[in-house]
Amino acid sequence: MPRKSTTVDMTAMCDVAFLLLSFFILTTKFKAAEDVTVVTPKSVSTKPAEEKNVVMITMDKNGKAYFSLGDNTTEEKQEIIDAVDQQKSLGLTDKEKAAFTRSGSYVGVPFSMLKSYLQLNEDQLKKYTAPGIPLDTANNELVVWMGAANHAFTGSKMTLLVKGDNDAKYPTFKGVIDAFKKNEIFKFSMITDPEGVPEGTALATKRESGAKED
Amino acid sequence: MAEMDTSSGGGHKKGPGVKKGKKLSTRVDLTPMVDLGFLLITFFIFTTTMSQPTAMKLFLPKDTDKPEEQNKIKASGALSIMLGKKDGVYYYEGELLPDGSNFKPSNFKDIREVIINKKKSTQPEDFVVVIKPGPEATYKNTVDMLDEMTINDVKRYAMVDIFDTEIQLMRATEQNAGIK
Repeated sequence: MPRKSTTVDMTAMCDVAFLLLSFFILTTKFKAAEDVTVVTPKSVSTKPAEEKNVVMITMDKNGKAYFSLGDNTTEEKQEIIDAVDQQKSLGLTDKEKAAFTRSGSYVGVPFSMLKSYLQLNEDQLKKYTAPGIPLDTANNELVVWMGAANHAFTGSKMTLLVKGDNDAKYPTFKGVIDAFKKNEIFKFSMITDPEGVPEGTALATKRESGAKED
Repeated sequence: MAEMDTSSGGGHKKGPGVKKGKKLSTRVDLTPMVDLGFLLITFFIFTTTMSQPTAMKLFLPKDTDKPEEQNKIKASGALSIMLGKKDGVYYYEGELLPDGSNFKPSNFKDIREVIINKKKSTQPEDFVVVIKPGPEATYKNTVDMLDEMTINDVKRYAMVDIFDTEIQLMRATEQNAGIK
């Protein structure tokens, strides 16, 4: 009996592999390199986070708060920085304002440091450790930022997102909530990672029956 | 078609003088390429699932000093949950007794039972959960507790500031349990 060869034709498998590969390459959206690393908590929510007109408040694990806007919001950014400049009479130049309006910018400094912060170039920004926006009850500067953002998005729907780190302490979160409340904003979303629903709970039964969730 | 001879040990080796009589096969071993392909697929699968965050909605109650605008809750149907340090959870039903005897410690696993039992034993329209994160609770604890409301289908819940008496009770319980 002749020995049969164990070599299998790999061409078909290779085709499949690369087909899948191209699919995943095309569907993947790479996250832009973030300057602030945040590990978000998990929740059973299944709604994907919206990406239009995003106003994002980030809280890192040390309890520092940062304020940033999503992509394609240059006009609103311009309005916000103008309003903040006027309100706090910071005397920002056009160049400093442009540093704020460029995409991917974020603010994590008190108003007293804003001018010098916006003068930093890209290399300096990478090394810069922001002290965070003050959130104390006496001096909650996020209130001003939120007020300006709220005004800039008049007429269009603002997607307010809070992205917090697992280890951020509650008082930080409370400061953020207070800033929202002072501006009469009562609705916001928190960015979370998806998680499975525990078996046997009310929500699990609800989802199985296909009932609508609010 | 002829297979390419890949075996190193064989009977005959071609000497320098041997004529190339055989046609060279065009077939290439694709195994490494498939390996690479699947490796990359795995990489992309992992990166896609991780970069899809979800959003959890939260509605805040309006702060008001006027009593007529405040939502009234029946004390009997209320379940207050406090969040302490090191993932500690404490709760009491109804109103806190002056001696703090109905103040009970719990954890994130057992609190679900407490919520379910309370929900069963009270009228649906009276049932309300009050979440009070303490100064040492983390953001994760807060989100987990809000998530617990969704999981257990609690219709009415509120996040309010913790009272000083509750912080003191929590601290005392923590000290007794040796949580630093």
